[in-house]
Formats: sequence, C-alpha cells, structure tokens
Amino acid sequence: MPADDDQRTPTSLTAKREAAVAALAGVPREPGAKKPDPILIADDVKRHFGGLLAVDVDHVEVQRGSITALIGPNGAGKTTFFNLLTGFDRPNSGSWSFNGRSLHGTPPFKVARAGMVRTFQLTKALSKLTVIENMRLGATGQRGETFWRALLPFTWRAQEREITGRAEDLLARFKLDTKRDDFAGSLSGGQRKLLEMARALMVGPELVMLDEPMAGVNPALTQSLLEHVSNLREQGMTVLFVEHDMDMVRDIADWVVVMGQGKILAEGPPDAVMSDHKVIDAYLGAHHDQSLAELEEQLESGTLAEQVAAELGQEPAETVVPERAAETGDGR
Amino acid sequence: MDWGNILELSMRELIGVQAIVFALAAIGINVQFGYTGLLNFGQAAFAAVGGYGIAVIVTTYDMSFWLGLVVAIAGAIVLALLLGIPTLRLRADYLAIVTIAASEIVRLVGRSASGREVFGGSDGITGFSNTFYDFNPFTEPVSFGPFEFRERVLWVLAVGWVLVALCTLTVWLLMRSPWGRVLKGIREDEDAVRSLGKNVYAYKMQSLVIGGVMGALAGVVYSLFQGAMQPDVYATNFTFFAYAILILGGAATVFGPVLGAAIVWFAFQFIDLALRGAIQQGYIPDWLMDSNDTGAVRFMLTGVVLVLLLVFRPQGILGDRREIALDAR
Ligand SMILES: Nc1ncnc2c1ncn2[C@@H]1O[C@H](COP(=O)(O)OP(=O)(O)O)[C@@H](O)[C@H]1O
Ligand SMILES: [Mg+2]
Repeated sequence: MPADDDQRTPTSLTAKREAAVAALAGVPREPGAKKPDPILIADDVKRHFGGLLAVDVDHVEVQRGSITALIGPNGAGKTTFFNLLTGFDRPNSGSWSFNGRSLHGTPPFKVARAGMVRTFQLTKALSKLTVIENMRLGATGQRGETFWRALLPFTWRAQEREITGRAEDLLARFKLDTKRDDFAGSLSGGQRKLLEMARALMVGPELVMLDEPMAGVNPALTQSLLEHVSNLREQGMTVLFVEHDMDMVRDIADWVVVMGQGKILAEGPPDAVMSDHKVIDAYLGAHHDQSLAELEEQLESGTLAEQVAAELGQEPAETVVPERAAETGDGR
Repeated sequence: MDWGNILELSMRELIGVQAIVFALAAIGINVQFGYTGLLNFGQAAFAAVGGYGIAVIVTTYDMSFWLGLVVAIAGAIVLALLLGIPTLRLRADYLAIVTIAASEIVRLVGRSASGREVFGGSDGITGFSNTFYDFNPFTEPVSFGPFEFRERVLWVLAVGWVLVALCTLTVWLLMRSPWGRVLKGIREDEDAVRSLGKNVYAYKMQSLVIGGVMGALAGVVYSLFQGAMQPDVYATNFTFFAYAILILGGAATVFGPVLGAAIVWFAFQFIDLALRGAIQQGYIPDWLMDSNDTGAVRFMLTGVVLVLLLVFRPQGILGDRREIALDAR
C-alpha cells in the first residue's frame, strides 16, 4: 500500500482532482461564491476580541471532495475561523452547517464525531503517549472508553486489535512505523505534524481541516506532507487547509479562499487568485511568491534587508530583519 | 541505642494503618493528578466526607453501619460533582482553588459549634466502629516473626490492605484500557483529545469522582481504626502529604502511591526513633535539640529528602525517566 502511494505525484492530475477542478470550473470567482455541492456552509460569522473584529465572514462554502486552501496574512483570522467552525471558540453571531446539519453551539467533540476533524497550528502531539497510543486514541466508538467496560478487557480486546491494525497501516503510510513505540514527545516537529494528521484520520473524518500543516516542517518533509494531503482527496475526503507558502497552495489546492482582517477577500482557482495583483499586494505583501527557503537565502546574502528597507524607505537594519524572519518561521 | 528495636518498630509502619490511609488517598490523587492532570487539592475533604459518612449515620442517627458506608461513598461522589460541575470546564487552576477552599469548608463546618448536634464539633464523633470490629475474625494477638499485632489492629490492616489492593487493581485495569488512554491524553492536551471526538468534560468528571471515592475510603479506614472521627485530622496538610507521597513513589505509576506511602511512614518512624535514641544516649547535645523536637525535625528531614529526590530523580522512585526528559524538550 505505501509503495502505491509513492508512485503518485501531487502534480499529476488524477481522476479525483480532475473531478474537483471540473466541479469548480463554473463557480464565479468572487467572495462567497456558491458551490455545486458544498459540504460546509458558513453565514455571517463574527468574532470580536475586545475592539478587534477578528472574524467577519459573510458567506463561504467549501466544495465536497476538493482541496480548498485558506490563505491570508498573519492575523487575518484564519485560526480563529477554524476555532469557531470546530466549536473551540464561540462566535458573537453567525451560523454554519456541515453536511446540512447546523453545528452552531455544538461542542468540539461532537463536531469531530460528525465527521469534521481539525488539526492545530501549534501541533498537539500527546508527548507522554507513544506514537501508537496517539493513533489509537483517534478511533471513535471505542467500547473500552466507557468506564465499566474498561475494567473488563475481554469486552474491548478484539476492537483494540482492529484499531491497532488500522493505526499501523496509517503509520506505515506516513512513514512513522519505525517510531511506533516511541513517545510522541521525542518526534521532530515535522514528524509531529505527520502524526497529528494521521491521528486525525483515525477519527474517520469527511472533512479534514489542517491549520498550517507545513509550518515548521523541514523542507525535506514538506513534499511528502503535500502528497499526504492530496491523498486525502483521493480517498474521498474533503480538505480545508491554512497555508502561507504559495508554492504549496498552487501545487495541491483546487480552490483558494483569501482572508484578510477577518473578511473573505477573494476566491478562485489558485492561478487566478495568485495572479490577482490587487489581492497579492494588498493582502499578502510583496514577498508572496517566494518560499521561506528563498527568503532565507536572500536574508543571508543581505538583499532582503535592502529590499525591505527600500520598501519602508529606511536604511537597512541588520539586527531587526533576522528576528522578523524567525517570527514568521513559527507561523504566528 | 537498640537498633533492632528501632528497625522493628519502623518496619511495622511500613505496613501500618497510616501507610494504608495515605496510600488510598494518594491512589485517588494519582487517578486525578497523575493520569488526568486534575489538581485536586481537596483530597482531605473527600476523606473527611468518608469518615463523617459512617460516623454521622451510625452515631448521630443511629442507623446501620452499612448504610453509613454507602453514605460515605455517595457523599464523596456528590462532593466530586459539586466541585467538578462548575470548574471542570474552566482552566485547570480553578479546580485547584475551589478544592482547597472546599477542603477547609468541610473541616470548619464539621468542627463548628452550630453543627455540634450532627458532627460533634471539634471533638468529633465516636462510637460508630462496633459493627466493624464485630466482624473481626481475629480473636487473639498474632505474631509474624518478631512482629506481634493486636487483633483489632490486625483486622484494620487486613481490611485496609485488601482495599489498597483492590484500588490498585482497579487503577491498573483502567490505565491499560482505552478509557485510561483518554485520561492520559487529557493530561497531555485536552484540546487535542476534544478534537478527536472525546467528551473531555465527562472523563474529567469520572476521574474526579473515582479519585474522590478512594479518598473517602482513606477516611473510612482511618476513622474505623481510631474509633473516632476528628475533623482536624483532615486539614490541608493531609492533602499535601498525600501529594508528597505520590510524587515520591512516582506519579502516573500503578504502585507509586503505595510504595511512597510505605516508605514515608517507615522513614518517619525510623528518623523519629533514631533521633530520640541519639538524644537519650547524648550523641545529640541538648542545646541542639531535645526529644520534643524530633517530630518537627523528621518533617524537615523528609522535606530535604523530597527536594533531593526532585533534583536527582524527578520522576519519583517508580517513574519513567524518559517521560521527565520529554518535559525538558
Ligand atoms: N484569544 C484571543 N484573544 C484576543 N485576540 C485574539 C485571540 N485569538 C486571536 N486573536 C487576534 O485575532 C486576530 C486573528 O488571529 P488568528 O486567527 O490567529 O490569525 P491567523 O491564524 O490568520 O494568523 C489576530 O489579530 C489575533 O491577535
Ligand atoms: Mg493561524
């Protein structure tokens, strides 16, 4: 099974991707556009933090079976929007539905059970649980998770074996099988991201929401992460993911939603949105089409400092710029 | 100095009633704090509720001992729900504050003059343990090698260690089950567990209740042993003692609380007797300390040992070093 996955490159147009692109072809490229088969629909969702309106989404739909990227500068409200949709935060107003079922006011665990599972920007690996225990925890409907049955191992052994088998398959697919019995806390940042994603899949979700899955991941791992994300679509799942790196979005997303200052600013296929210079300059900054690696290169050669300084109309400030680069590195 | 005698008297404490009582209290805290990450600083209140449950039902209301047992356990469940319902949805520190306050409230209500009719004021309640000792199968003192136990003590020890064994077995079964896995997940990061479809609030409540019931059993055993229920036994130091025992033995280990309790009570007795002996023999000069000071000095020495332990073996005696290493990452 893992061998098959390796052969699939994310850029080749698979049947599922073609279907997703075709389904979105006729969708108008404007904020709040109606989709032919939305799995998630949000209306008028607002969240204030004091005087700050962090999220102010009039209308947004996510097409079933597609990979939708949610992009926007830091502080645009992407994470807060994720938190609202998944019940981790409460909105000041608004409504949204998943598979036609209203999820307003639904606690996070019920959202997950309904089939909408999210990961976190700051990875939440359960450090003192082993990798396989992290995975097993993801399975839903476990008999041994009720108190009385927990005391009677024969009531849950068989199910536990089945869950373990499923977990091991996923671990192999995510190349974490060698880490099976290590503490999750001993994994590298990128491996934790992989584990978190694999664990989310144990829930058996229909919609997977990934908050910056590539942030802080070693470039050698990003390619395989990308493949995993596009494989989710191949397996019939819908993906909504937050990302900064434009190259990645271009590679795998079927549709892009741009957020800025809490609002949906633009929507469309990746190329259309990314060539929209108004969007680019106003909301993504002038460095939108560079990957972090390129930025780092420039940083080292000093050209970035000059460039930034030129934009700001100031002298190059050597000490300030490296710090800012470090900040974007952790994704906040 | 009679080292043989000192050692023998100390060995008795290794399996003594105090060790049982604090083992039970610490097993409960282990479920709550060690496995779930809940800061219950009111274990003393649960123990007091257990002790009062029997004492009030049997002595004050003249009802059956068995009903008293049921009330003791039901009381602990109710207390856990009362403390948990408002706080378990909030950040961890709220539970800590509420439980420590509740612990003092229970004690102060118990010893208050206005509640004297029911709770016996600061003198407490006596005369509720007859039924328990009626069941005593031991009719005369029994010796094991150099150790001789009076029949009453032996009965308490037998019942107490059976309870400790049952609680330990329960924890062992629970913590290797999927249920226990959810608790450990909550300890690590409750939002992650929520995102995987688990009702975190319900699990925390169950953990609080189970740990609280074990605390109540501690109070029941101690009251029956003493033949009296005295509120001031259950001051906040009872709770912190149980925490110290748990951390010494190893939090989130199955046998840690039991081992910790046995070692602490052994060490207390040993230090106390050794100091007394040394003072008597004049090894320790009078101006430094006399035999009235040994009680305080043994606490100081225990504190020093705990500090050393946390420096050199932060995971406790039975804990896994690798787990602590993860925290440093
Ligand atoms: N709990 C909070 N309290 C106050 N302000 C917050 C909170 N969470 C987020 N914000 C603010 O809301 C805005 C959106 O944040 P966030 O959703 O994290 O942005 P993004 O994920 O797009 O980078 C930011 O200005 C942030 O400072
Ligand atoms: Mg964010």
